[in-house]
Amino acid sequence: MHMVTVSDAPEPGFRLSQLIYDTRYRSLTIQVVVFMLFVASTAWLVDNTVRNLSAMGKDFNFGFLWNRAGYDIGQMLIPYSNDSTHARAMLVGLLNTLLVSALGCIAATIIGVFVGVLRLSKNWLVGRLMTVYVEVFRNVPLLLWILIVYAIFTEVMPAPNAYRIDPATGEAAMSALLFDSIAPTNRYTAIPSIRFDRPLGSLDLGWITLSGTFLGFVAAVAAGVWANSVVRRRAVAVQNATGVRPTTWWKSVLLLTVPAVVVLVATGFHLNLPTLKGFNFTGGTNVSNSLVVLWLALTLYTGAFIAEIVRAGILAVSRGQTEAAYALGLRPGRTMSLVILPQALRVIVPPLISQFLNLTKNSSLAIAVGYMDLRGTLGGITLNQTGRELEAILLMMLIYLAISLIISGLMNIYNNSVKLKER
Amino acid sequence: MKKSVFLGTLTMAGLAAGLVSAGTLDDVKARGELNCGVNTGLVGFAAPDANGNWTGFDVAICKAVAAAVLGDASKVKYVPTTGQTRFTALASGEVDVLARNSTWTYSRDTDLKLDFVGVNYYDGQGFMVRKDLGVSSAKELEGATVCIQTGTTTELNLADFFKANNMSYQPIAIDTNAEGEQQYLAGACDAYTTDISGLAATRAAFADPENHIILPEVVSKEPLGPAVRHGDNQWGDIVMWTLNALVAAEEYGVTSANIDELSKGTENPEINRLLGTEGDLGAMVGLDKDWAKRAIKAGGNYGEIFAATIGEQTPIGLARGLNAQWTQGGLLYAPPFR
Amino acid sequence: MTESSAAFVRRDMLPPQAPPATQAGVLKWLRENLFSSPLNAVLTLAGAYVVWWLVAHSYPWLSHSVWNAGSLSECRAIIAERWGADATGACWAVIKERWHQYIFGFYPPELYWRPISVFLLLFVALAPVLFSAVPRVLLVFTVVYPFLATWLLWGGSPWIEVMILVGFVLGWAAFRIASRYGSLLAVSVALAVPALWWVFAAGPMDRALEQAIRLAIEKVASDKFGGFLLAVTIGVGGIAMSLPLGILLALGRRSDMFLIKALSVGFIEFIRGVPLITLLFVASLLLNYFLPPGTNFDIILRVEILVTLFAAAYIAEVVRGGLAALPRGQYEAADSLGLDYWKAQRLIILPQALKISIPGIVSTFIGMFKDTTLVVFVGLFDPLKGISDFVRADFNWKGIYWEPYIFVGCIFFLFNFSMSRYSMYLENKLKRDHR
Repeated sequence: MHMVTVSDAPEPGFRLSQLIYDTRYRSLTIQVVVFMLFVASTAWLVDNTVRNLSAMGKDFNFGFLWNRAGYDIGQMLIPYSNDSTHARAMLVGLLNTLLVSALGCIAATIIGVFVGVLRLSKNWLVGRLMTVYVEVFRNVPLLLWILIVYAIFTEVMPAPNAYRIDPATGEAAMSALLFDSIAPTNRYTAIPSIRFDRPLGSLDLGWITLSGTFLGFVAAVAAGVWANSVVRRRAVAVQNATGVRPTTWWKSVLLLTVPAVVVLVATGFHLNLPTLKGFNFTGGTNVSNSLVVLWLALTLYTGAFIAEIVRAGILAVSRGQTEAAYALGLRPGRTMSLVILPQALRVIVPPLISQFLNLTKNSSLAIAVGYMDLRGTLGGITLNQTGRELEAILLMMLIYLAISLIISGLMNIYNNSVKLKER
Repeated sequence: MKKSVFLGTLTMAGLAAGLVSAGTLDDVKARGELNCGVNTGLVGFAAPDANGNWTGFDVAICKAVAAAVLGDASKVKYVPTTGQTRFTALASGEVDVLARNSTWTYSRDTDLKLDFVGVNYYDGQGFMVRKDLGVSSAKELEGATVCIQTGTTTELNLADFFKANNMSYQPIAIDTNAEGEQQYLAGACDAYTTDISGLAATRAAFADPENHIILPEVVSKEPLGPAVRHGDNQWGDIVMWTLNALVAAEEYGVTSANIDELSKGTENPEINRLLGTEGDLGAMVGLDKDWAKRAIKAGGNYGEIFAATIGEQTPIGLARGLNAQWTQGGLLYAPPFR
Repeated sequence: MTESSAAFVRRDMLPPQAPPATQAGVLKWLRENLFSSPLNAVLTLAGAYVVWWLVAHSYPWLSHSVWNAGSLSECRAIIAERWGADATGACWAVIKERWHQYIFGFYPPELYWRPISVFLLLFVALAPVLFSAVPRVLLVFTVVYPFLATWLLWGGSPWIEVMILVGFVLGWAAFRIASRYGSLLAVSVALAVPALWWVFAAGPMDRALEQAIRLAIEKVASDKFGGFLLAVTIGVGGIAMSLPLGILLALGRRSDMFLIKALSVGFIEFIRGVPLITLLFVASLLLNYFLPPGTNFDIILRVEILVTLFAAAYIAEVVRGGLAALPRGQYEAADSLGLDYWKAQRLIILPQALKISIPGIVSTFIGMFKDTTLVVFVGLFDPLKGISDFVRADFNWKGIYWEPYIFVGCIFFLFNFSMSRYSMYLENKLKRDHR
């Protein structure tokens, strides 16, 4: 068998100078040089760290996480006592960070949307008020807002004692709000706690114990949402086929509420009202003021930024869209929900994600109000009691980084789904 | 600062090799300044006055050491440290001595690689409550909300105390003493806990000190003292014996008023050795003969410093208590100078 | 038709009738702007209630202001005496007595002219960058300014700064000379010459010049810095030093070279993914671990380093936005002129990209400036909490909360609001330029 070979142009010998002057090789050369510099500087940093550690007689070891923590935490979502380990304390802190961030993101979005829309309103007074709110909150450090809200809560709210009924007069200086269910005080806000007479047991995962009741509730709601989406899809199919959309709203309402209510009734759900006993309220849930203050300050501060984002997003949708929607005979409400908002969302979502990230990172200012978040436990008391600053701070940074990457990852998935489909 | 900026920049660029440090004493002498880690602001112990000059009980230790080593009590750079940053500041060499009401504990002395060189204040953790709460003992604090400063040993003591007495409590963590006061006064917590000296200082500043009581229970031992890095024994000795010199001076009746008189020579050989009129004790730690004399002249002996900064004549109004000389029933006992 | 036959002939126009009361003046305005619909009426009433509530709660306090007192208790006594025992009032006397500490920290009062002149000169240095009408010659001052500012703020001998500056000038000169013989040679010479200068020549020259011409002014140690002086020093310093690094990172992120891009993205995302406060803890607790044993420099410089890295990541994203906004044609035009990468960036791309990035850089600076308050958590005296806590540590001013917060908040607001307005003005101007 014989093959005809096509010979290339005569190969000039490879010269060393090609590494620099030939664009085919130059980028490779630069990358190799940069890589070597990077490795060298990393090695330099690591070597310094090792030498510094050995000079101090310390080692690099995460074993301290399994030692007894020995301190108490005021606000916790999972069981914890001072006999638990530092790792457990870290988990409590992480959950607290996530709690205040999640609550903050939700509330800040609500405030941001309202203020952003109201700022565009033709109402002179309301428009001005919203502008003042946005400018004042955006241009003053967050730390100041945290301190001010903190001061308001400690100075203005009454002590729990004020709710005590004075035996002499038969009246209390303060009475709780909303049928005795919510009592704001200068240490915590007492709210009713959720109780179940017939709980469904619990699922022990070793680290965290999940309540069976909670799982059942979530499952019921999820089933309802799924059934609802099936009903709606069928309605759309019918509409596409016949042009008449069957009424589905009562089915949706039933599907979304009934399963959840059934689970709640079956487990004997009721609210336990807080009552004053001894020094403090008991029976209900006492939400510590550090959480409320931090949440409120983060919400108000981030809400101002989100308001600007929402306003810019709505303004970015051209006026012609509204006019076109009116020309089609859509009512203003439907115009907003079907035409303007879906288009505005595409502009709004990316900066909104970065605001959520900022809020999560800013929650580390919990230090100012003594809220025990990740920085307060792992990067605070644990670091202090064990003297393991290198390990504790590196671990803390990695966790924050992971949270940030997860949030931006999830939000990017959502963003891709609302992105303009270019065809 | 400028030189160090420049050197620091060079080091960052990797152009200069690491500067291997000699002993702390040589470093301090070469620098001509003592870096002293202090509290960011605790009235009586260490706080800058209206003009930014640091004063207080802990600050006096810094001044005495600077006077002994450098001959000038004003050659001190005060580095304010928080509860979080204090030990690292010492370990990393940012400060030469840490005089920041730190409790001497086993793990700090061993695991954190510090050396506590003595005790300048014997303290203990206590509780302050409002009088109208009707509580007369810490054992009645079941279910109470307690304000507590984070990053201190008090957190662990508090947990231990309530556990030992089988009581429950709600901790409210606060960042600084100023916030603790604000929270306590506003009634955000039933009790405020910290070292009893701190409680007294805090209460002294209230508009109505008579309405607050410090409960009798002392739930922990808090020997507060200056600390140095582990491993530099010469420097540790200097700080330790400067502190001892202040204590001994009070015991022998050497004050800033009569020290010039006494240093001409006295009947008491101990005083003579202390003030350098007899023998040469200073040479043994690498200092000159007059080191202790200068240290005492800087702010007076232990008793004078105490009286001027936190004593009963000051707004803080602390009694000597455990911090009296051993001859007066206290715990202060300086080893002999010989 | 004669004129006399008519009984009455109007010879001049009737004056126009005043419009109906509901269509004119205040009432019309009210109708249109406040009560155009039931919903708007409700909103207006709610808004009016909020305004009334705020005024009702703050006015009595603000109207009972005391400006001259030596302590909080004295203030309270004066308020009780003037406005009755139950009255509450603001005690601005604390600001009057301590304002200099809020502004300058513990900087020696007789040397206040130094930070003040540094602050004023900042505007001279910024003018050629921000306003195109200013003569270009002033750019030289912009380059010299950082060194001048460092010398004025910290004092001591100016020759160290001069030597560092000379290093840069030498590097630039070497670059210009060597670039005739090839860009690679030029870059390596431009790096090597200043390095050699700083290591070997700068020290002896500094000492020699200090001997010859004494220009040393009184030294001020870093621990004297506090209040807004500290905030502005850290904020402006951080942004200024982060610009070169930020631009490099932005270019790196847009690079075709995988490794360069990966490193840039990794750095930017890492810094942007962690809170500033953890980076400040790195500055205060960890930085000494990463440097050769025995290296030590003061906390302000360490904070400045970490703040620079932090700002660089954000500036990089801003500049990347500017680079992305440039029309593709600009890159292609540069290529077609035969410019190499650096020349194209230096002469065509960056000048345009940086110009449209200025509003973003200003916003980053506002963010930075607000974040400088966090340095209190590593023991520095920031204007908000550090200085306020220190003032409250004084027996006279124990328990004073609102006045310092309001004072500091107002200053922050004035600074940031004017900067954000400027950035908006610039944004509008740039928009017009592009159309």
